[in-house]
Amino acid sequence: MSEMTGSSETLVQVRGLKFSYGRRVIFDGVDMDFLRGKVTTIMGPSGTGKTTMLRMIGGQLRPDSGQVHVDGQSVPELSRRQLFELRKKMGMMFQTGALFTSMSVFDNVAFPVREHTNLPEQLIRDLVLMKLEAVGLRGAHKLMPAELSGGMARRVALARAIALDPLMIMYDEPFTGQDPITVGVIMQLIRKINDTLGLTSIIVSHDVAEVSAISDYIYLISNGKVIGHGAPSQLAASGSGWVTQFMHGQPDGPVPFHYPAPDYATDLLDGAGHE
Amino acid sequence: MLNWLQRLGRGALDNFAGLGRASLFLGHTLSGLPSVLAHPRRVIAQLHSIGVLSLVIILVAGLAVGMVLGLQMYNTLVDFGAEASLGPAIALTLVRELGPVVAALLFAGRAGSALTAEIGLMKASEQLSGMEMMAVDPMLRIVAPRFIAGVLALPLLSAIFSAVGVLGGYFVGVGLLGVDDGAFWSQMQSRVDFYDDVLNGVIKSVVFGIIVSWVALFQGYDTVPTTEGVSRSTTRTVVYASLAVLGLDFILTALMFRDV
Amino acid sequence: MFKVRTIEIMVGVFVAIGIAALFMLAMKVSNLSSFAQQEGFHVTARFQNIGGLKVLSPVSMSGVRVGRVTAIHYDQGSYEAEVDLVITGSYDKIPVDSSASIFTSGLLGEQYISIEPGGEERYLKQGDRIKLTQSALVLEQMIGQFLFSKAAGDTTQ
Ligand SMILES: Nc1ncnc2c1ncn2[C@@H]1O[C@H](COP(=O)(O)OP(=O)(O)OP(=O)(O)O)[C@@H](O)[C@H]1O
Ligand SMILES: [Mg+2]
Repeated sequence: MSEMTGSSETLVQVRGLKFSYGRRVIFDGVDMDFLRGKVTTIMGPSGTGKTTMLRMIGGQLRPDSGQVHVDGQSVPELSRRQLFELRKKMGMMFQTGALFTSMSVFDNVAFPVREHTNLPEQLIRDLVLMKLEAVGLRGAHKLMPAELSGGMARRVALARAIALDPLMIMYDEPFTGQDPITVGVIMQLIRKINDTLGLTSIIVSHDVAEVSAISDYIYLISNGKVIGHGAPSQLAASGSGWVTQFMHGQPDGPVPFHYPAPDYATDLLDGAGHE
Repeated sequence: MLNWLQRLGRGALDNFAGLGRASLFLGHTLSGLPSVLAHPRRVIAQLHSIGVLSLVIILVAGLAVGMVLGLQMYNTLVDFGAEASLGPAIALTLVRELGPVVAALLFAGRAGSALTAEIGLMKASEQLSGMEMMAVDPMLRIVAPRFIAGVLALPLLSAIFSAVGVLGGYFVGVGLLGVDDGAFWSQMQSRVDFYDDVLNGVIKSVVFGIIVSWVALFQGYDTVPTTEGVSRSTTRTVVYASLAVLGLDFILTALMFRDV
Repeated sequence: MFKVRTIEIMVGVFVAIGIAALFMLAMKVSNLSSFAQQEGFHVTARFQNIGGLKVLSPVSMSGVRVGRVTAIHYDQGSYEAEVDLVITGSYDKIPVDSSASIFTSGLLGEQYISIEPGGEERYLKQGDRIKLTQSALVLEQMIGQFLFSKAAGDTTQ
């Protein structure tokens, strides 16, 4: 595997990243590179810190140590103003959708456009309907978020994330809760947006098959470390136990299914001692 | 014992930290004022949910308080043969004290709690976070317009409260108890001073508007992002804002009406 | 969900009601209307003692309010209090030999000036002085006088 340090073909570069929530260590020295124009996926068991990683890249969390560079800028060192400038170039689709519940679907998608451009309303309308068409929800543009299903809400969030045609897009679990047809559509969409607009995409997902089909590169993280990375085919063929377990969905293996806990038996016996 | 001391110490530290965050929050909100002035429509939308929706309770409460004042004060004044002073007695009580204070307490319960719940839920459902990732500062976009709307709405609401209260007192005093119509108004006009009484009452309600909006917005913004956290913040808004209003009212009254 | 237009109209109504309430507090409840209503003519009157009379105290005739006190100062020449009154312009038929007295409304109420019309055919106009005046009754003085006369009466008997 090639070394990809600091070159301008790397859009996002993470080096020696350490981060913990209180005493719980989330990242313990993570290195990652996200190349321009590529679709890169972060995979890992639930609760390993995939969403946390996206928040680091977006500058919403600061690492305890280590570096996060986006487009040549060191994210943790940016001022608020510079950070906001940088974020105009990023789109993010939240795991929960995070739609504004007080606005209609249309206004949600139009929101970033209205905030950051002075386009006339007619043009905004065309643009929003185009984005909604792309996720198959043009007909739903008058609905309120409360009237959407979870899957529909996520597709609206996707439309909103791509509304401003950003430099890079981060997708947090784009496939979860979608029917097979929509999964297919979203997969195609991510790939198509990425290639036609020359974007950089970062996906966080558990869905091995889908991700393998559209990703150029995959990082597997577990227990605060990168446990494997490479092109999908390389990873599938990898001999490592960790990687095999994850890529083939085996319940038992080196990757722990449980949140860190004291020994089960001691915990149960200790129960009387708790308040 | 040590545990208890430790808890006390931690409580004090938490409170200081909260006060610090609240001050920073107010500073940040105020820094958003220019951007609000550039988008007055955002304030109008908030004036609707903060002001218009509080109007009914203010009207009803103002009328009720004015009528009760009319009844009670008449009973006292008539013993001194001074029922002609009913007008000024009702008006001064309302304009100086009850108008600003009761309106602020109702405002904290009606609009303040709603503001906290709204912002708290936006935080809990990652809407604020999402907005930040879209390079839009929620302090400017969400918090500042609500703050302005609160500071504008409360003085209007408390003026409405006082005016309706005076009418309620008039209805009871003149309409039911037979106080002389002309004396009611002329005594009132000669005893209520525009600057000393009416304007000071308005100043009070502006201060209360700032306090209640600040507390409500901060509690929402600082909430623990869970259902439980939001519900606790909402309660806290009503309690803290009410206590702050009552405490400040005492101080303001002492400063304003010292020599009257 | 309300339409934007509806919201704006309702906010407009709300603000209008609020301003109307403020206006009522200013004009109907407080004394701002008497500041505003400056038209009328000024006359003066000198009193030995004005008691508790204040600026803005009412001036009335037969119990009807016809004006108010605009200024009070002490005149060093006559050793008297000089009171400026403004009389509403429509009450322009007050005889020049009218008298002004300071009364108290009710037992503990506030003090006001009452004008008793005289018999002249000429009427008060801007800048005139009401010459006949009766001072305020000061309770302490009255009690003092009463005790004094009583004592004097006792000794003469
Ligand atoms: N605000 C917080 N305070 C403390 N711990 C947190 C907080 N947010 C997240 N965590 C912890 O950080 C860990 C990583 O969270 P994160 O949301 O990044 O996981 P994830 O990899 O996205 O999981 P999933 O696939 O389920 O979305 C979790 O174990 C969680 O317990
Ligand atoms: Mg996650």
